[in-house]
Amino acid sequence: MSWSSLNEFLAMGGYALYVWGSYAVAAGLIAVEVIMLIQRRRHALKAAKIPAGDAP
Amino acid sequence: MQTQAIGTINWFKFASPQSFYPLAGAMIPWFAWSAGLLCAAGLYVGFFVAPTDHQQGEAYRIIFIHVPAAWMSMFIYVVMAFWAGVGLVFNTRLSHMMATALAPTGALFTFLALWTGSLWGKPTWGTWWVWDARLTSELILLFLYFGFMALQAAIDEPRRADRAGAVLALVGVVNIPIIYFSVQWWNTLHQGASVSLTGAPTMAATMLTGMLLMALAAWMYSIAASLHRVRSIILERERGADWIAQGRVSP
Repeated sequence: MSWSSLNEFLAMGGYALYVWGSYAVAAGLIAVEVIMLIQRRRHALKAAKIPAGDAP
Repeated sequence: MQTQAIGTINWFKFASPQSFYPLAGAMIPWFAWSAGLLCAAGLYVGFFVAPTDHQQGEAYRIIFIHVPAAWMSMFIYVVMAFWAGVGLVFNTRLSHMMATALAPTGALFTFLALWTGSLWGKPTWGTWWVWDARLTSELILLFLYFGFMALQAAIDEPRRADRAGAVLALVGVVNIPIIYFSVQWWNTLHQGASVSLTGAPTMAATMLTGMLLMALAAWMYSIAASLHRVRSIILERERGADWIAQGRVSP
Protein backbone atom coordinates (compact mmCIF):
# COMPACT_ATOMS: atom_id res chain seq x y z
CA MET A 1 0.00 0.00 0.00
CA SER A 2 1.27 3.48 -0.89
CA TRP A 3 -0.46 5.39 1.91
CA SER A 4 0.49 5.89 5.54
CA SER A 5 -2.47 8.10 6.46
CA LEU A 6 -5.92 9.09 5.28
CA ASN A 7 -4.71 12.59 4.46
CA GLU A 8 -1.96 11.20 2.28
CA PHE A 9 -4.53 9.04 0.49
CA LEU A 10 -6.85 11.99 -0.08
CA ALA A 11 -3.98 14.18 -1.30
CA MET A 12 -3.09 11.64 -4.06
CA GLY A 13 0.48 12.92 -4.19
CA GLY A 14 -0.72 16.40 -5.15
CA TYR A 15 -3.08 15.14 -7.89
CA ALA A 16 -6.24 15.09 -5.74
CA LEU A 17 -8.19 17.41 -8.06
CA TYR A 18 -7.50 15.28 -11.12
CA VAL A 19 -7.89 11.83 -9.56
CA TRP A 20 -10.93 12.58 -7.37
CA GLY A 21 -12.40 14.80 -10.07
CA SER A 22 -12.41 11.77 -12.36
CA TYR A 23 -13.87 9.33 -9.85
CA ALA A 24 -16.44 11.75 -8.44
CA VAL A 25 -17.88 12.62 -11.84
CA ALA A 26 -17.91 8.94 -12.87
CA ALA A 27 -19.73 7.92 -9.68
CA GLY A 28 -22.11 10.87 -9.98
CA LEU A 29 -23.07 10.23 -13.59
CA ILE A 30 -23.56 6.51 -13.00
CA ALA A 31 -25.81 7.36 -10.05
CA VAL A 32 -27.78 9.72 -12.30
CA GLU A 33 -28.17 6.99 -14.93
CA VAL A 34 -29.41 4.48 -12.33
CA ILE A 35 -31.97 7.01 -11.04
CA MET A 36 -33.12 7.75 -14.60
CA LEU A 37 -33.45 4.02 -15.32
CA ILE A 38 -35.63 3.53 -12.23
CA GLN A 39 -37.78 6.55 -13.11
CA ARG A 40 -38.24 5.44 -16.69
CA ARG A 41 -39.42 2.02 -15.53
CA ARG A 42 -41.80 3.60 -13.05
CA HIS A 43 -43.30 5.77 -15.80
CA ALA A 44 -43.52 2.85 -18.21
CA LEU A 45 -45.35 0.70 -15.66
CA LYS A 46 -47.71 3.56 -14.87
CA ALA A 47 -48.46 4.22 -18.53
CA ALA A 48 -49.13 0.51 -19.08
CA LYS A 49 -51.42 0.63 -16.04
CA ILE A 50 -49.50 -2.03 -14.16
CA PRO A 51 -49.43 -1.51 -10.40
CA ALA A 52 -45.81 -1.29 -9.27
CA GLY A 53 -46.39 -4.08 -6.76
CA ASP A 54 -47.49 -6.49 -9.48
CA ALA A 55 -44.46 -6.23 -11.72
CA PRO A 56 -40.97 -7.31 -10.75
CA MET B 1 -49.48 -17.66 -32.40
CA GLN B 2 -49.56 -14.29 -30.81
CA THR B 3 -46.05 -13.27 -31.68
CA GLN B 4 -46.67 -13.90 -35.36
CA ALA B 5 -49.97 -12.04 -35.20
CA ILE B 6 -48.12 -8.88 -34.24
CA GLY B 7 -45.58 -9.31 -36.98
CA THR B 8 -42.45 -10.77 -35.43
CA ILE B 9 -40.37 -13.32 -37.24
CA ASN B 10 -39.81 -15.90 -34.53
CA TRP B 11 -36.22 -16.85 -35.35
CA PHE B 12 -35.35 -17.59 -31.81
CA LYS B 13 -37.69 -17.76 -28.92
CA PHE B 14 -36.11 -14.78 -27.23
CA ALA B 15 -36.29 -12.55 -30.28
CA SER B 16 -39.83 -11.73 -29.18
CA PRO B 17 -40.16 -8.93 -26.62
CA GLN B 18 -42.67 -11.00 -24.65
CA SER B 19 -40.19 -13.84 -24.07
CA PHE B 20 -37.20 -11.58 -23.65
CA TYR B 21 -38.80 -9.35 -21.03
CA PRO B 22 -38.80 -11.89 -18.16
CA LEU B 23 -35.44 -13.33 -19.23
CA ALA B 24 -33.85 -9.87 -19.06
CA GLY B 25 -35.51 -9.29 -15.71
CA ALA B 26 -34.01 -12.49 -14.32
CA MET B 27 -30.52 -11.59 -15.58
CA ILE B 28 -30.35 -8.00 -14.29
CA PRO B 29 -29.59 -8.79 -10.60
CA TRP B 30 -26.73 -11.11 -11.57
CA PHE B 31 -25.05 -8.52 -13.77
CA ALA B 32 -25.71 -5.70 -11.31
CA TRP B 33 -24.20 -7.61 -8.38
CA SER B 34 -21.21 -8.69 -10.48
CA ALA B 35 -20.67 -5.07 -11.46
CA GLY B 36 -20.72 -3.94 -7.84
CA LEU B 37 -18.37 -6.66 -6.61
CA LEU B 38 -15.93 -6.28 -9.52
CA CYS B 39 -15.90 -2.51 -9.08
CA ALA B 40 -15.15 -2.85 -5.35
CA ALA B 41 -12.34 -5.31 -6.10
CA GLY B 42 -10.99 -3.12 -8.91
CA LEU B 43 -10.96 0.01 -6.75
CA TYR B 44 -9.26 -1.90 -3.94
CA VAL B 45 -6.51 -3.18 -6.24
CA GLY B 46 -6.28 0.19 -8.00
CA PHE B 47 -5.88 2.31 -4.88
CA PHE B 48 -4.38 -0.03 -2.28
CA VAL B 49 -2.39 -2.70 -4.12
CA ALA B 50 -1.08 -1.06 -7.29
CA PRO B 51 2.11 0.91 -6.65
CA THR B 52 2.78 4.57 -7.37
CA ASP B 53 3.91 5.13 -10.95
CA HIS B 54 7.51 6.26 -11.08
CA GLN B 55 6.84 8.73 -13.90
CA GLN B 56 3.34 10.04 -13.28
CA GLY B 57 3.08 9.65 -9.50
CA GLU B 58 -0.50 9.13 -8.34
CA ALA B 59 -2.06 10.87 -11.34
CA TYR B 60 -1.90 7.60 -13.27
CA ARG B 61 -4.65 6.14 -11.03
CA ILE B 62 -7.13 7.82 -13.38
CA ILE B 63 -6.32 4.88 -15.67
CA PHE B 64 -8.64 2.59 -13.69
CA ILE B 65 -11.63 4.61 -14.81
CA HIS B 66 -10.33 6.11 -18.07
CA VAL B 67 -9.35 2.97 -19.97
CA PRO B 68 -12.45 0.91 -19.04
CA ALA B 69 -14.66 3.89 -19.98
CA ALA B 70 -12.87 4.33 -23.31
CA TRP B 71 -13.10 0.60 -24.12
CA MET B 72 -16.80 0.51 -23.27
CA SER B 73 -17.48 3.66 -25.31
CA MET B 74 -16.21 1.92 -28.44
CA PHE B 75 -17.51 -1.56 -27.67
CA ILE B 76 -21.05 -0.42 -26.84
CA TYR B 77 -21.14 1.46 -30.14
CA VAL B 78 -20.18 -1.67 -32.07
CA VAL B 79 -22.84 -3.72 -30.26
CA MET B 80 -25.39 -0.96 -30.85
CA ALA B 81 -24.56 -0.85 -34.56
CA PHE B 82 -24.74 -4.67 -34.67
CA TRP B 83 -28.28 -4.73 -33.24
CA ALA B 84 -29.26 -1.84 -35.50
CA GLY B 85 -27.99 -3.84 -38.49
CA VAL B 86 -29.81 -7.00 -37.37
CA GLY B 87 -32.94 -4.91 -36.96
CA LEU B 88 -32.63 -3.48 -40.48
CA VAL B 89 -32.01 -6.86 -42.10
CA PHE B 90 -34.50 -9.02 -40.20
CA ASN B 91 -36.96 -6.29 -39.21
CA THR B 92 -37.01 -7.51 -35.61
CA ARG B 93 -38.38 -5.00 -33.13
CA LEU B 94 -36.34 -6.27 -30.21
CA SER B 95 -33.05 -5.68 -32.06
CA HIS B 96 -33.90 -2.03 -32.58
CA MET B 97 -34.98 -1.77 -28.96
CA MET B 98 -31.60 -3.16 -27.88
CA ALA B 99 -29.80 -0.58 -30.02
CA THR B 100 -31.92 2.19 -28.53
CA ALA B 101 -31.31 0.88 -25.00
CA LEU B 102 -27.53 0.82 -25.43
CA ALA B 103 -27.08 4.40 -26.65
CA PRO B 104 -27.40 6.36 -23.38
CA THR B 105 -24.99 4.04 -21.56
CA GLY B 106 -22.54 4.29 -24.45
CA ALA B 107 -22.80 8.07 -24.39
CA LEU B 108 -22.17 8.02 -20.63
CA PHE B 109 -18.95 6.05 -21.02
CA THR B 110 -17.82 8.21 -23.94
CA PHE B 111 -18.30 11.33 -21.88
CA LEU B 112 -16.42 9.73 -18.97
CA ALA B 113 -13.53 8.74 -21.24
CA LEU B 114 -13.27 12.36 -22.43
CA TRP B 115 -13.72 13.85 -18.97
CA THR B 116 -11.18 11.62 -17.23
CA GLY B 117 -8.82 11.98 -20.18
CA SER B 118 -9.00 15.74 -19.83
CA LEU B 119 -8.27 15.53 -16.10
CA TRP B 120 -5.39 13.21 -16.85
CA GLY B 121 -4.06 15.35 -19.69
CA LYS B 122 -3.74 18.49 -17.60
CA PRO B 123 -1.11 17.20 -15.13
CA THR B 124 0.72 14.95 -17.63
CA TRP B 125 0.57 16.88 -20.94
CA GLY B 126 -0.03 20.34 -19.52
CA THR B 127 -3.34 20.81 -21.34
CA TRP B 128 -6.98 19.87 -20.81
CA TRP B 129 -7.60 19.31 -24.49
CA VAL B 130 -5.83 19.08 -27.85
CA TRP B 131 -7.43 18.60 -31.25
CA ASP B 132 -5.44 15.50 -32.00
CA ALA B 133 -6.72 12.39 -33.76
CA ARG B 134 -7.54 10.24 -30.71
CA LEU B 135 -9.32 12.96 -28.77
CA THR B 136 -11.19 14.37 -31.75
CA SER B 137 -12.42 10.99 -32.97
CA GLU B 138 -13.63 10.13 -29.44
CA LEU B 139 -15.50 13.45 -29.35
CA ILE B 140 -17.10 12.54 -32.70
CA LEU B 141 -18.18 9.26 -31.08
CA LEU B 142 -19.98 11.25 -28.38
CA PHE B 143 -21.75 13.28 -31.08
CA LEU B 144 -22.71 10.05 -32.89
CA TYR B 145 -24.39 8.76 -29.72
CA PHE B 146 -26.16 12.10 -29.22
CA GLY B 147 -27.14 12.19 -32.89
CA PHE B 148 -28.56 8.65 -32.70
CA MET B 149 -30.62 9.50 -29.63
CA ALA B 150 -31.79 12.86 -30.99
CA LEU B 151 -32.77 11.38 -34.36
CA GLN B 152 -34.81 8.62 -32.74
CA ALA B 153 -36.44 11.09 -30.38
CA ALA B 154 -37.31 13.42 -33.25
CA ILE B 155 -39.30 10.83 -35.22
CA ASP B 156 -42.71 10.03 -33.78
CA GLU B 157 -43.35 6.78 -35.59
CA PRO B 158 -41.24 4.16 -33.74
CA ARG B 159 -40.48 1.93 -36.71
CA ARG B 160 -39.30 4.83 -38.85
CA ALA B 161 -37.27 6.14 -35.91
CA ASP B 162 -35.72 2.67 -35.58
CA ARG B 163 -34.68 2.52 -39.22
CA ALA B 164 -33.35 6.07 -39.38
CA GLY B 165 -31.35 5.54 -36.19
CA ALA B 166 -30.04 2.22 -37.47
CA VAL B 167 -28.70 3.79 -40.67
CA LEU B 168 -26.95 6.50 -38.65
CA ALA B 169 -25.49 3.91 -36.25
CA LEU B 170 -24.17 1.80 -39.13
CA VAL B 171 -22.61 4.73 -40.97
CA GLY B 172 -20.99 5.93 -37.75
CA VAL B 173 -19.32 2.59 -37.12
CA VAL B 174 -16.54 3.68 -39.49
CA ASN B 175 -15.39 5.98 -36.68
CA ILE B 176 -14.54 3.07 -34.37
CA PRO B 177 -11.41 1.81 -36.18
CA ILE B 178 -10.40 5.45 -36.62
CA ILE B 179 -10.47 5.92 -32.84
CA TYR B 180 -8.74 2.65 -32.16
CA PHE B 181 -5.91 3.03 -34.66
CA SER B 182 -5.61 6.83 -34.44
CA VAL B 183 -2.58 6.56 -32.18
CA GLN B 184 -0.80 4.51 -34.83
CA TRP B 185 -1.98 6.30 -37.96
CA TRP B 186 -1.32 9.84 -36.80
CA ASN B 187 1.28 11.52 -34.69
CA THR B 188 -0.71 12.23 -31.55
CA LEU B 189 -0.15 13.33 -27.99
CA HIS B 190 -2.11 10.34 -26.78
CA GLN B 191 0.06 7.33 -25.97
CA GLY B 192 -0.27 4.05 -27.83
CA ALA B 193 -2.04 1.01 -26.42
CA SER B 194 -0.53 -0.39 -23.21
CA VAL B 195 -2.51 -3.58 -23.62
CA SER B 196 -2.85 -5.48 -26.88
CA LEU B 197 -3.92 -8.93 -27.92
CA THR B 198 -0.56 -9.74 -29.47
CA GLY B 199 2.12 -8.37 -27.17
CA ALA B 200 2.80 -8.45 -23.44
CA PRO B 201 1.25 -5.49 -21.55
CA THR B 202 3.68 -2.68 -20.84
CA MET B 203 2.51 -2.04 -17.31
CA ALA B 204 2.89 -3.51 -13.81
CA ALA B 205 0.85 -6.65 -13.17
CA THR B 206 -1.14 -5.15 -10.30
CA MET B 207 -1.98 -2.06 -12.35
CA LEU B 208 -3.18 -4.30 -15.15
CA THR B 209 -5.23 -6.40 -12.72
CA GLY B 210 -6.96 -3.30 -11.33
CA MET B 211 -7.67 -2.04 -14.81
CA LEU B 212 -9.09 -5.34 -16.02
CA LEU B 213 -11.29 -5.69 -12.92
CA MET B 214 -12.69 -2.22 -13.54
CA ALA B 215 -13.19 -3.04 -17.22
CA LEU B 216 -15.15 -6.18 -16.29
CA ALA B 217 -17.21 -4.12 -13.83
CA ALA B 218 -17.98 -1.65 -16.63
CA TRP B 219 -19.08 -4.56 -18.84
CA MET B 220 -21.40 -5.97 -16.21
CA TYR B 221 -22.81 -2.53 -15.43
CA SER B 222 -23.45 -1.83 -19.11
CA ILE B 223 -25.27 -5.12 -19.58
CA ALA B 224 -27.39 -4.59 -16.45
CA ALA B 225 -28.22 -0.99 -17.41
CA SER B 226 -29.14 -1.76 -21.01
CA LEU B 227 -31.25 -4.79 -20.04
CA HIS B 228 -33.05 -2.61 -17.51
CA ARG B 229 -33.62 0.08 -20.12
CA VAL B 230 -34.77 -2.35 -22.81
CA ARG B 231 -37.45 -3.67 -20.42
CA SER B 232 -38.80 -0.14 -20.02
CA ILE B 233 -38.70 0.34 -23.79
CA ILE B 234 -40.62 -2.94 -24.26
CA LEU B 235 -43.28 -1.74 -21.80
CA GLU B 236 -43.49 1.65 -23.54
CA ARG B 237 -43.77 0.28 -27.05
CA GLU B 238 -45.77 -2.89 -26.51
CA ARG B 239 -48.24 -1.25 -24.18
CA GLY B 240 -51.18 -2.35 -26.30
CA ALA B 241 -50.07 -5.97 -26.62
CA ASP B 242 -52.22 -8.56 -24.84
CA TRP B 243 -49.50 -9.86 -22.57
CA ILE B 244 -48.94 -6.41 -21.08
CA ALA B 245 -52.55 -5.23 -21.17
CA GLN B 246 -53.65 -8.36 -19.33
CA GLY B 247 -50.93 -7.91 -16.75
CA ARG B 248 -48.98 -11.01 -17.73
CA VAL B 249 -45.65 -9.23 -17.31
CA SER B 250 -44.45 -11.14 -14.31
CA PRO B 251 -42.15 -12.67 -13.44
